[in-house]
Amino acid sequence: MDTRKKDIEKLKDYKYGFSTDIENIKAPKGLNEDVIKFISNIKKEPEWMLEFRLKAFERFKLLKEPNWQKPKYPKIDYQDLYYYSAPKSMNDKPKSLDELDPKLLETYKKLGIPLQEQARLNGIAVDAVFDSVSVATTFKEELTKQGIIFCSMSEAIQKHPKLVKKYLGTVIPTTDHFFATLNSAVFTDGSFVYIPEGIKCPMELSTYFRINASETGQFERTLIIADKGSYVSYLEGCTAPMRDENQLHAANVELIALDDAEIKYSTVQNWYPGDENGKGGIYNFVTKRGLCKGKNSKISWTQVETGSAITWKYPSCILKGDNSIGEFYSIAITNNHQKADTGTKMIHLGKNTKSKIISKGISAGFSDMTYRGLVDINSKAENSSNYTQCDSLLMGNKCGAHTVPYIKNKNFDSNIAHEATTSKISEEQLHYCQQRGLNPEEAVGLIVNGFCKEVLQQLPMEFAVEAQKLVGISLEGSVG
Amino acid sequence: MKEQLKTDFEKILKISNFSEKDIEFKKNHLNKFIENGFPSRKLENWKFLDLNQIIKKDIGELSFYNDYSSTNKVDTSIFIDGLEHNKIIFINGRIEKIDFNYEDENQIEIYDDIKVNDKFDNENSLIDLNNAFRNKYYKILVKKGYSTKKPLVIYHLTNKKMKSKNINLRLDFELEQNSSLKLIDFFNDLTDKNFMNILYNFDLKKDSILKNYKIDKSLNKNLKYSFNNIDQEKNSISETFIFSAGSNYFKNEINCNLKGEYSSAFVNGIFSLKENQLHEIRSTINHLVENTKSYQLIKSVLGKNSKAAYQGRIHVASKAQKTDGYQLSKAILLDETSEFNAKPELEIYADDVKCSHGSASGSLNENSIFYLMSRGLNYKQSKELLINGFMLDVVEKITDSEIKNLIKNMIGLKE
Repeated sequence: MDTRKKDIEKLKDYKYGFSTDIENIKAPKGLNEDVIKFISNIKKEPEWMLEFRLKAFERFKLLKEPNWQKPKYPKIDYQDLYYYSAPKSMNDKPKSLDELDPKLLETYKKLGIPLQEQARLNGIAVDAVFDSVSVATTFKEELTKQGIIFCSMSEAIQKHPKLVKKYLGTVIPTTDHFFATLNSAVFTDGSFVYIPEGIKCPMELSTYFRINASETGQFERTLIIADKGSYVSYLEGCTAPMRDENQLHAANVELIALDDAEIKYSTVQNWYPGDENGKGGIYNFVTKRGLCKGKNSKISWTQVETGSAITWKYPSCILKGDNSIGEFYSIAITNNHQKADTGTKMIHLGKNTKSKIISKGISAGFSDMTYRGLVDINSKAENSSNYTQCDSLLMGNKCGAHTVPYIKNKNFDSNIAHEATTSKISEEQLHYCQQRGLNPEEAVGLIVNGFCKEVLQQLPMEFAVEAQKLVGISLEGSVG
Repeated sequence: MKEQLKTDFEKILKISNFSEKDIEFKKNHLNKFIENGFPSRKLENWKFLDLNQIIKKDIGELSFYNDYSSTNKVDTSIFIDGLEHNKIIFINGRIEKIDFNYEDENQIEIYDDIKVNDKFDNENSLIDLNNAFRNKYYKILVKKGYSTKKPLVIYHLTNKKMKSKNINLRLDFELEQNSSLKLIDFFNDLTDKNFMNILYNFDLKKDSILKNYKIDKSLNKNLKYSFNNIDQEKNSISETFIFSAGSNYFKNEINCNLKGEYSSAFVNGIFSLKENQLHEIRSTINHLVENTKSYQLIKSVLGKNSKAAYQGRIHVASKAQKTDGYQLSKAILLDETSEFNAKPELEIYADDVKCSHGSASGSLNENSIFYLMSRGLNYKQSKELLINGFMLDVVEKITDSEIKNLIKNMIGLKE
């Protein structure tokens, strides 16, 4: 128990709230064609990439910001943001980690992400994204041996233009919704993963996102392609410094699974949630979409959402290939004045497609949490099935928990089952735990972890431990 | 449509004798309706079935003018047999008869001079349409401590004079303390291609009980919309049962405000849809105070090209601790062209509540059919038996045994 207490003590305030004093190169403030050209230019992008961006920007100008979501936020002035910010030392890209700015290395050390490969024994390849650029990717050589490509997006555009050109924008086209289109126009960096045919990626791939500069929007783009019969497990983690202003994070993530391939995508999102009065924090408006393109493919999303002032995202699966499987496991925790509107979309197009949704929402303090999900079984998706379970737990009567499932069944051969419950932690459970010597906070922690267990066990080992701690910490002070 | 609305409105004003204030009120709502038009899929509530398009496709040009000055002949043969009942008869939207023969006349009052009010100032343009075009409406009051002896049947009839018309009608009910009313809405249409817009407002005082059964059974090509607003005080009970099967399009909306402690609301419904029918139930239950309860069960059996939608919403205010809310919707899709949509929504701001919902849809269970066929039934019989059993579940929820049996007979369900 002592270690746990120490942990909590240490983490009572947002542990990742520091900012790093580093010289930055920024694009001029504002959003216009020049800024897009500036980004494209500084990244030495080919002509077609710039065209892609400009096309998206043309489209963006016609779009209106959506406002159907539950958590409302003050209007964002898109002209008052920096769309590109990079540590100055990254200007001439370092060739190895030794050349990396020591300050940057220090930052990642503080975050608990050692980039020095020798320091790593647990074998996770990391791509670290600092503000707008990817600063380091580890374990490159070992991956290259197998033919796996794991690098930053900018590097992929230079070195593997064919692959990028073929797949970029096929799941989230430039003609998508407001934030996705904005991302297509101004995205700065992100990770690119390609797993060749028949390869099982030997280690977990991981990206670590960090927002450092102020008044900066982070727009990264991740593209993962699993070729026939391959497998990859990918982790994503995020943090940001504490600032009084709200910062926008609008990423796009595209997953493509070909025949018999499997992609497992896990997120532990711990952006700065704002202080206890709801000041500051990140707006996390992310578009994540996976396409099960081939037969027997599988995409599974696992997310632990504890941070951000507003989380607004729906990791989705388009089940196009016959017999493909989509899964979504989610824990979303909101405390203080945090707001979340999250869930998933399962779109069944192919025959014998299956999907499973397990969503656990916990709200405490003055927070508001919404599960919003869509299950759409197309008329051609014979013999498909879906199972959805969404449970909410409320702590206190100042918070809200909402469930808004959309269920569309156009196929008589398919089955959809949906269940949802909302409750609070029962007095009996608390009493039972306390009787056995746990204090109320520990008891709540235990019960909440049990409530989340179905999702937590989907996470890779290293993440599961971190996530479990995070669950406890996020609910600090919400008991009683 | 705008010109049509305006000329029809002027025509009605000429032949009616509304007060200045009424005309002002109607004009306001007409303008609001002109601005918004019929609801379309752009609105969240109309996402699944787009009324604007359905009207365009099924009817085309609607006429809003109705002449309520001449009486229509009442065809007594359609009256419900084997049940003694009080009657209100609407023909083409005109009240032909109000008859409370079985009741103590001192205990029931009927008003026709109700002050107009903007009670429903929501975004529903159909209520604006109703306010603008309906004839004068009545309010029925059941006095303190009185329980109606026999059910009241409201007949909604149309005859051959109607074609491509819009009918708007409204009734208000007030149930005083400890009173009760059983109400059956019975739809029977001899015409097609009309759009009916029905608005009921119920005011349930302490300890009162309302039972409302809506039966739309005979096949017809009309489009219907019905909106029930129910305000409930302490200890009151409302029970709504909907059998939705006859019209080409029917949307039932139930908006229930549980304002008093220990009040409860029950909404049960059956969709039994045949070719090309589009039906919807949308319920909103607002739990506003402590210790309230709601229960909803909706079952659908969907034939060729038919589409059913269920949107159920349970809202629990932060004051409404100890709420008990439950929703369940189940659907059987009989044909590859049938479609079922559901949006069971929970919106909860209190922590000590018990709220859950479930939704399931799929085809008939082949194993059950096999079981029955192995015992000597043919395929058709087995299928019917299973479907009847599926629907019977909902009918069994009816708390009035006389009406339960009547409805069972009407829709051909045997125990």
